[in-house]
Amino acid sequence: MKNIWTIARRDFMAYFTSPLAYILISLLLLITGYMFSQIVFGFIQHMMTYQQFNMGKPVSITEGVIQPLFGSINTILLFIFPMITMRLIAEERKNETLPLILTSPITLMQFILGKFLSSVLLISVMLALTLVYPIVLQVYGNPEWGPIVGGYLGTLLMVSCYLAIGLFFSAMTENQLIAGALTFGASLLFWIINWAAQSVDSTTGAFLNYMSLISHYQTFGTGLIVSSDVFFFLSFIAVGIYLTHQVLDSYRWR
Amino acid sequence: MIHASNLTKRYADRTAIDGLNFEVKKGEIVGFLGPNGAGKSTTMKILTGYMPATEGTVTVAGYDVFESPLEVKRSVGYLPETPPVYKEMTVRDYLDFAARLHGVEKQGLRAAIDRAIEQTHLGEVQGRLIGNLSKGYRQRVGLAQALVHNPPVLILDEPTVGLDPKQIIEIRNLIRGLASERTVILSTHILPEVQATCSRVIVINQGRIVAQDSLDRLTARLQQGKTFNLMVRNRSSQALEVLRSIPGIKSVAEAPQASELVTIEVRPEATDIRDQIIETAVKQQMGVLEFFAEKLSLEDVFLQLTTTEETV
Repeated sequence: MKNIWTIARRDFMAYFTSPLAYILISLLLLITGYMFSQIVFGFIQHMMTYQQFNMGKPVSITEGVIQPLFGSINTILLFIFPMITMRLIAEERKNETLPLILTSPITLMQFILGKFLSSVLLISVMLALTLVYPIVLQVYGNPEWGPIVGGYLGTLLMVSCYLAIGLFFSAMTENQLIAGALTFGASLLFWIINWAAQSVDSTTGAFLNYMSLISHYQTFGTGLIVSSDVFFFLSFIAVGIYLTHQVLDSYRWR
Repeated sequence: MIHASNLTKRYADRTAIDGLNFEVKKGEIVGFLGPNGAGKSTTMKILTGYMPATEGTVTVAGYDVFESPLEVKRSVGYLPETPPVYKEMTVRDYLDFAARLHGVEKQGLRAAIDRAIEQTHLGEVQGRLIGNLSKGYRQRVGLAQALVHNPPVLILDEPTVGLDPKQIIEIRNLIRGLASERTVILSTHILPEVQATCSRVIVINQGRIVAQDSLDRLTARLQQGKTFNLMVRNRSSQALEVLRSIPGIKSVAEAPQASELVTIEVRPEATDIRDQIIETAVKQQMGVLEFFAEKLSLEDVFLQLTTTEETV
């Protein structure tokens, strides 16, 4: 555990010694802030129309603001996270710092877990900063906190799956751009993989639905934490980490 | 301290090292000498547990590299060809990271870093970013990283590459200074480096050990017989004939590149016959200008080992 932390700590600090973390955090807050304001204005307008003219149907703050808010946070993170993960291992290979790690008395798995943890920590910091939106809601309204907590947990788990994908591709190449591009492509695929679910036979459709990360996220947004979804996310992460381990291990033998 | 037997590393299309056997005792400084691509770095990577061997076994500090890699890694400090430094870290932070990685306990951390910085004379740059340092300093940071956990075994892959002459001398002195309590293996293709630092040499060529011995003995062994150079004003063929008749002389030849030079080869078993040679030369009125023994330099040893002794 100490070794994992040593790796994670260095990597986490590295995000903040380059402008990268600041840029990504600013981007996230800027765009989600803009989206949040639009969501809130839209919600207010909708409710006012409903109250004055009794048109449309009433929407709860959860459905009207919180769920769309998490939807936009998730989408922005999908675009941002490859820039977080692409450097993880590719950079170590490029700078030839991997020999230091591989000749230190730590296991390969501890190294990989440390890398993974550092990216999860950065994402957690980013998510923590978006707490400003629920707080604004709390000040001016009366939001349900169940869906908010669920939304954060689901987002963290789902993005961690992306991070595992990114970690894997970062181990595949020493070129960060290639790692980033592959990561983005693969995660997008896992995002939309169930689009074809309707047009194929039911077994394949069910499988595609099951593999889609977003479909496992849905229940979190309603404030429900379903253990099978948690299990799916954790398994996804475990497979990603295992594959990363295999890639790096085979790299040593070549 | 280090024991390698039948060490072999094969890649898909070539054999990098082929059946290496060697031993390094505690406190020795051993130099791996060989041309580029001879297999020095590969051997070192295997010794450090960075890369597994295809065949053969290695024990370092009593542990088998393949069975207990973590114990071996704890007792080895390794400086790869390219110093494994993070450019965005300061020297001190980097050494802190390296020390933690190697399991230095929290209470000893500060002292360990201070000691490594002092040993490698990095005091004045310890707060600077490694990316802003010159290559020589980065090399020293790499060395400090190898030293920070105070390992009994040091494996240094071309430790003085890219340093200026003053720094080279400093690093060599440092390595020599470390040797009393540590075992050091260093690789190089620069010969004076071996002469300056090592107590023993292992010469590697094309993945095989072509020689391993102390420097003096290696030089002596290869100096089969002795060659003397005689500089004369008058190199008549008659005089050379007389020289040839001295017992114990193998050959007398006129050096083609200089009209004044005569090379005389003496049989190895011959007792010192320098007096006789000079006496004869004076008697023959050759007009002796200079007389000196040709000494086989390490360069020659190296070239002989790596070019002519292909069959070893």
